[in-house]
Amino acid sequence: MTLRVLAAGPMLSVQDPGRPGLRRFGVSAAGPMDPPAMQLANALCHNPDTAAVLEFAGLGGRFHVTRPALVAVTGGDCDLRIDDRPIAAGESHRLMPGETLFIGALRDAVWGYLGIAGGIACPPVLGARSTHLRSGLGGLGGRRLIEGDVLPLGPAADALSRLRAATPRISSGAGPVRIVLGPQHQRFAPEVLARLLNESFTVSAQRDRMAMVLDGPRLPAIEGHDIVSDGTVPGAIQVPGSGQPIVLMAEAQTTGGYPKIATVIGADLARLAQMPTGSALRFAAVTRDQAEEIWIAHRRFLRGLREGLQTVPDGAPDTAHLLSCDLVGLFAADEILAPVLRADSAAIPT
Amino acid sequence: MTPTVLPCGDQALSFQLGERIDATTNARVIALAKAVEDAAIAGILELVPTYRALMVRYDPEIIRGAAVEAALHALHAALDDASAPGRLWRVPVLYGGEVGQDLDELARLKGMAPAEVIALHASAEYRVYMIGFAPGFAYLGGLPEVLHTPRLATPRQLVAAGAIGIGGAQASVNSVPGPSGWRYIGWTPLRLFDLRRDQPFLFTAGDRVRFAPVDAGTAADLARRVQAGESVVEPEVAP
Repeated sequence: MTLRVLAAGPMLSVQDPGRPGLRRFGVSAAGPMDPPAMQLANALCHNPDTAAVLEFAGLGGRFHVTRPALVAVTGGDCDLRIDDRPIAAGESHRLMPGETLFIGALRDAVWGYLGIAGGIACPPVLGARSTHLRSGLGGLGGRRLIEGDVLPLGPAADALSRLRAATPRISSGAGPVRIVLGPQHQRFAPEVLARLLNESFTVSAQRDRMAMVLDGPRLPAIEGHDIVSDGTVPGAIQVPGSGQPIVLMAEAQTTGGYPKIATVIGADLARLAQMPTGSALRFAAVTRDQAEEIWIAHRRFLRGLREGLQTVPDGAPDTAHLLSCDLVGLFAADEILAPVLRADSAAIPT
Repeated sequence: MTPTVLPCGDQALSFQLGERIDATTNARVIALAKAVEDAAIAGILELVPTYRALMVRYDPEIIRGAAVEAALHALHAALDDASAPGRLWRVPVLYGGEVGQDLDELARLKGMAPAEVIALHASAEYRVYMIGFAPGFAYLGGLPEVLHTPRLATPRQLVAAGAIGIGGAQASVNSVPGPSGWRYIGWTPLRLFDLRRDQPFLFTAGDRVRFAPVDAGTAADLARRVQAGESVVEPEVAP
């Protein structure tokens, strides 16, 4: 059983939770830009968290399957159809052979996920299926997917129930992006640290799976921007000679020679990844202890993700179908549907 | 010196043992990594030894950063000063040629004959300070000072795997093809990163490296054997 790519968005790749543990050999963990969204895509398809999905930036593409399959798109609201029928993100749908799954543009989000029951089953490389584009590892030939690619799918049970989440987008919220100062914040003067914490930054168009460059105030270091190279992690905010901060993301290199003024906390990194280009953001410092508490709570929340899903009876009208029938008012008070309604009511194609 | 703990967010910290690049500090970093590994502390996920610091990734649900710090300080205090020398690799190199395209220019810059550059480069013993940047890429220290050369003003878009490079005071062996601003004086048929091997990564931090000049015929023969999946070099382990 396979998934065929009829058309591919500009950055479509196979991702699973990644291949941690090999940084000491120079291998980036890779994995999804928005791990909770990937987890949700898998949960909606009854997959384990370790199953591989497709990740896309902005636009998904068009897809065929060779066997009936349960599919779900997460990350954000999205123009989504099976043939001419609009369907909703954040819930699973049955895709039949001969039908075309169309994944259009994400709205107010950057990274989307296509989960499919059984998972993408390309052979693991160094223990994972995640694509690391920069070093050409994993996924399909270590590269982004293109039109005509055919991906093997893992076995899935028949008659899996359809599931629905309260929202396709987990990594959202308007608060500041929280950081822990360090490892090299002492190489920056107090007034530069104040700039980092008090001024506003903008997500620039220079962004990919490896890093995000931020516009805004410059952050010059005291004794230059070369340090003896040391280890780096996703979330590290490194500052090269330009003084322009760069946040390392999922495909972060394993070592680096720029001072790192701070590190975005684990619980907020996916939210930063999902900020559209041009978004303004502020940073707020928390202590390492606080950040660890936030992470522990975040993990607990994610473990409860599956319990929060509703079963969608077959034959029941689809959320997006209802919306397209202009029944919006009927459901407006419904808490479960509210997040979908807010973003979708005007934009669903009919 | 007393180690400095640098937080790297909520799931990693850097345990820094010195300010500069030197073999003694690096040996302690690697010895500490070994000690932490042997201690098998629950919740410690990953260790990344670099020039002068050990990065430790941990799971705060199992162990908190403060406890990781305490464990590292205790293990560091108990470290034995005498560290065993690392494995020694003898790396065959075809100097010059297509990949080693900067050999003649480098010799000119240094006012030396290409053969003198080769002899000097092959006379030194190098230390693998760390692996980083790309899968299996080794940062080598020990380049004779005469050969220290600034990087190119404009990086090249594609340099072959196995290229033998010089970047400032550092030496390198490219593990994967890619862009680079280093200067390249030769090529080894060895593969530092090969997914077909049980151990895909040839070098590890703390290993020692010596370069041995070979002629084009020998290099081509070795390349054929490497391509066929044969292991053409074994490290010497100090007694």
